[in-house]
Amino acid sequence: MPEITEETVKKIARLANLRMDPDETARFTEHLEKVLEYMRKLNQLDTTGIPQTAHVLPLQNVWREDEVLPGLDRSEALAGAPDVRDDCFRVPRIIE
Amino acid sequence: MDRHEYSALELREGIARRDFTAREVCETVFTRIRAWDPKFKIFLASDEQGAYSAATEVDRKLAAGESAGPLAGLPLALKDNLCTSGFPTTCASRILEGWRPPYNATVVERVKAAGAVLVGKVNMDEFAMGSSCENSAFFPTRNPWNPDCVAGGSSGGSAAAVAADLVPLALGSDTGGSIRQPASFCGVVGLKPTYGRVSRFGLVAFASSLDQIGPLARNVEDAALLLSVIAGHDQRDATSTDLPVPDYLLRLKEGVKGLKIGLPREFISAGIHPEIKTALDTAQKVFADAGVELIEVALPHAEYCLAAYYLVATAEASSNLARYDGVQYGQRVSGDNLLEMYAATRATGFGAEVKRRIMLGTYALSAGYYEAYYKKALQVRTLIQRDFEQAMTKCDLILTPTSPTTAFSLGEKTKDPLTMYLSDVFTTSANLAGLPGVSIPGGFSSEGLPIGLQLIGKAYDEETLLRTAYAFQSRTDWHTRRPAMEEAK
Repeated sequence: MPEITEETVKKIARLANLRMDPDETARFTEHLEKVLEYMRKLNQLDTTGIPQTAHVLPLQNVWREDEVLPGLDRSEALAGAPDVRDDCFRVPRIIE
Repeated sequence: MDRHEYSALELREGIARRDFTAREVCETVFTRIRAWDPKFKIFLASDEQGAYSAATEVDRKLAAGESAGPLAGLPLALKDNLCTSGFPTTCASRILEGWRPPYNATVVERVKAAGAVLVGKVNMDEFAMGSSCENSAFFPTRNPWNPDCVAGGSSGGSAAAVAADLVPLALGSDTGGSIRQPASFCGVVGLKPTYGRVSRFGLVAFASSLDQIGPLARNVEDAALLLSVIAGHDQRDATSTDLPVPDYLLRLKEGVKGLKIGLPREFISAGIHPEIKTALDTAQKVFADAGVELIEVALPHAEYCLAAYYLVATAEASSNLARYDGVQYGQRVSGDNLLEMYAATRATGFGAEVKRRIMLGTYALSAGYYEAYYKKALQVRTLIQRDFEQAMTKCDLILTPTSPTTAFSLGEKTKDPLTMYLSDVFTTSANLAGLPGVSIPGGFSSEGLPIGLQLIGKAYDEETLLRTAYAFQSRTDWHTRRPAMEEAK
């Protein structure tokens, strides 16, 4: 029984905000199962008690002086947006 | 020798001596681009106006006796995931088509300040996801050594631009081999610095714990020159280190006597092409002649690198690419409500491989699977890092092939994503462990395609890495061979 079914792909697509047509769903089901099968190779290793490395640097917090530096002004920040009104990003209605 | 064959350092000398002007160098570059780009499809956007104005400024400064910087007048191509203020930056994706960033990446600021002449933005796999440049939403780049073969990826445009003698210098980015593998396929030098050596500010993020920007050039000296300019601390990237940056050219020719190179034999024996094996054996003799001691080292978890890498990279990518939602920049496809607008925008704007990786990463991070996949990969990453720490107590560098094959044919690996991922088998380990790696020309196949060799060094020791690469280069002539490139029609 494969781990990835079309139902799983539909659920993941929803989580990732990707619209997916039936052909794509079928193709991704096959691809994801195949790739994950390879990934499961990691299960050959016993990793009990091994810490996780999310990041290679031994960094915790990096501090700098709290001084005001120039940033983007509003018109620059809005210049690349597909839809702008009243100096704001505009999106479709959220509340009915 | 024609001027387009000059290395960056030769051009720099010529410009400084006033043998030719930066403008004349610029003319050579755009003549080459016009002649060859239609055939190899390297540039996404060239910036003739910007380049000439930068070159003119260099000439003016030199004529006035002012300092014009260490890269004065040197033509340079940028991978299209490096933000350029007011100039299109697409990441070879439809979702960013037409977008003009409001700021420059730190590396772009640095090369400009050093006097470089930016000639344009070059092709890549969409969002740097791929190993062939075939995932570009616009067109695949072709290999200057054989236009039926891929240039490699994801920095395929950067490698091809250098290999085709369009520019002497290019910048790329490397998340799992994206500088080194195309450098290997195109017969040029490509270096991925230590994680934290170069600021990532303004590099469009793919996998933030793995990404690094690095130089591509025709020889080791030019790569060292460019690295000296881009390396260093940047307040805008908290992961960039404040360790001092040496002039990487200074000690390049000091020799490698007494250095030890480790060979992870059990790892590199699996599945590599016999001609690549031969090149690796020859390289060992070259290093031995140079006074290097070759020893065997064990990297017991190396065979798990690729699986761990693709889990970590896709998980980080699924999070990083959540920002493309059609609100702040890029393309939008309308929908009846906000969620439908997001889903439609992303479905239309992203290509198949980007979607596949977002899906894979979202799955690996999702409730019920996080422990089995993402957490497991992070633990294996620790084991891989420990392997390198252990091996590096016995040697200074590690030698492997860059890729198990030479450049493959266009279309050969696009059907099966896993086959494509396997191209990265030797390169992902350096990203997982955060170590610097360089690919150098190490021979040619019987079909005339370049073979690349990879050296992996100790963290923040690019100096030894480059010095060793130079020692090999000075005893071989692979880097001097140029592709025949049949006349463009």
